[in-house]
Amino acid sequence: MQPARTDTTVSPLATAVARFGARIKGLGPVLGLLSLCIAGTLLNGDFATLDNLMNVLTRTAFIGIIAVGMTFVIISGGIDLSVGSMAALIAGCMIYFMNALAQGAGGNLAPITMLVLGIAMALILGAGFGLMHGLLISKGNIEPFIVTLGTLGIFRAVLTYLADGGALTLDATLSELYSPVYYTSVLGAPIPIWIFLFVAAAGAVILNRTTFGRHVQAIGSNEQVARYAAINVDRVKIATYMLLGVCVGIATVLYVPRLGSATPTTGLLWELEAIAAVVVVGTALKGGEGRIVGTVIGAILLSVISNILNLTSIISVYLNAAVQGVVIIAVAFLQRGRK
Amino acid sequence: MQAWALPSAQAQAAEKLVVGVAIPTATHSFTSGIVWWANQAKAELEKAHPGLKIIVKTAATAPEQANQLQDMLTVNKINTLVIFPIESASLTQPVAQVKNKGVYVTVVDRGLTNTQSQDAYIAGDNTAFGKLPAEYLAKSLNGKGNIVVLRGMPTTLDNERYDAFSAVMKGHPEIKVLDAKYGNWNRDDAFKVMQDYLTRFKQIDAVWAADDDMAIGVQKAIAQAKRTDIKQVFGGAGAKGAVKKIMDGSDPLIVADVSYSPKFMYDAIKLTTEARLKGDKLPANTIIPSVLITRENAKQFYFPNSPF
Repeated sequence: MQPARTDTTVSPLATAVARFGARIKGLGPVLGLLSLCIAGTLLNGDFATLDNLMNVLTRTAFIGIIAVGMTFVIISGGIDLSVGSMAALIAGCMIYFMNALAQGAGGNLAPITMLVLGIAMALILGAGFGLMHGLLISKGNIEPFIVTLGTLGIFRAVLTYLADGGALTLDATLSELYSPVYYTSVLGAPIPIWIFLFVAAAGAVILNRTTFGRHVQAIGSNEQVARYAAINVDRVKIATYMLLGVCVGIATVLYVPRLGSATPTTGLLWELEAIAAVVVVGTALKGGEGRIVGTVIGAILLSVISNILNLTSIISVYLNAAVQGVVIIAVAFLQRGRK
Repeated sequence: MQAWALPSAQAQAAEKLVVGVAIPTATHSFTSGIVWWANQAKAELEKAHPGLKIIVKTAATAPEQANQLQDMLTVNKINTLVIFPIESASLTQPVAQVKNKGVYVTVVDRGLTNTQSQDAYIAGDNTAFGKLPAEYLAKSLNGKGNIVVLRGMPTTLDNERYDAFSAVMKGHPEIKVLDAKYGNWNRDDAFKVMQDYLTRFKQIDAVWAADDDMAIGVQKAIAQAKRTDIKQVFGGAGAKGAVKKIMDGSDPLIVADVSYSPKFMYDAIKLTTEARLKGDKLPANTIIPSVLITRENAKQFYFPNSPF
């Protein structure tokens, strides 16, 4: 009688409170982002304009898309340090290839066909590099940190070689044809934002609603147990790196039309931004747990900080990186309740 | 210590002269220009002076460069060093060690913190790099208007340029420098900073992008925002793409530039080697002047084969 009574009277309230508490905790990053936006508006009235928000979201798209792929790799317990260099190399190869087509190797191909071939090449290269990482890590049994630290150097060096140290610039006609991919708006939002949304939604579905997604989380929680549960650990791992590679390919496809060129500084430190976007809002760096929504918010948070710093001139420019660091640590601190 | 000051027949000296060249790795177009010009100097000088040996080493970080100095001294037995130090302070001691072994040292561009460690110093003119654009912009705006500035990376070199620019602007009270932020000599960063400037300031007359690479990102941001108030984007360093635009008059926004060519690496190696072959010394300081590039003289600054 007694236990039953407490169950019926206290429990609904307690669970409601607990659920509310959990929700508040889950809302932490959103609240963080909101308060940052309010601060931005107070500091500069132009912050809240539609144009500025579009700028911020569009520039978030590259890192955001890569970070969605990175979420899978990190949840499975891995890491990829090479994504910035990989993006630069893919951009370089893509431009090199399309220029070659335009300068005669393509025969009588229509410019739009050359463009489509270039885009296809970017995605295939991304998947290929991912496959290579996955094989070295799973079959070769090398730490992901080491493998991708190695390719970080290789990718950028090859790009520098291809570009002869300077810049690889896309053929003018192709560049004109291609630039709308970055600069055109559909239903009021630039294309990169739509692609980012699509990639994030697809990522969330794959992570939460598919067997593959559950396997990724299982491997990250405990690889041995996952093996005993007859999960093909190697195959899942390879797939996460390929997924990330394709994400890098997609980001590059959106990046190239922006400036129409690749240089040895393209994508510098993107790996850190992508990893920060993933972990700042709750995905555990040790794997096993994480959410795509968190990654999206994390990526937006990072670009909003630098946007606000650019829109104001209160703090010495020497301290920009310090302000960014403080906000990142503060948000992570608010998240500390989660595992 | 003064073994190299001994006057000797050129051919004889050439047999013994081993020049070590320590420069940064090609991580962006300017440093790739440095590498290209260094190799150009090596090829030309070795051809002109049989027996002369020039060893070019590139390094990505200061510790790596310090290691290379040791290797060049002990393995390659260099007796002349031309170094573009990756960092001023951290290379001062390693270079001093080399000089103490009797090697003749020419330092290029980034100075050491103690000039005792060098025999000669050759550099581009960072003051002119900031002063010339300021004067040119002030003149073309008729002393009135709004300017935004993109700086490079937080370094003393960038401070020197920015201070020179600001000093000129002090004499033009009707020109307002709206803000100056770091674009890190990078196109992508410059694009973002410029986007934010465009959001923030409704009327901008000119941009001092302080680097030709950054000017490209700036122009893309202007084009995207469809802004027509900006009359001029002044880059810097004289990259071949920018010089070509000035030469052809093909871009209404890019009409002038200031030279800061990585060719000074070539000049430094050539001056040092030729002086050493004759047994001469270089003057303690040589400044390779930064010159205003306009349509009239652009041809002299156009090197189509260089990556920069």
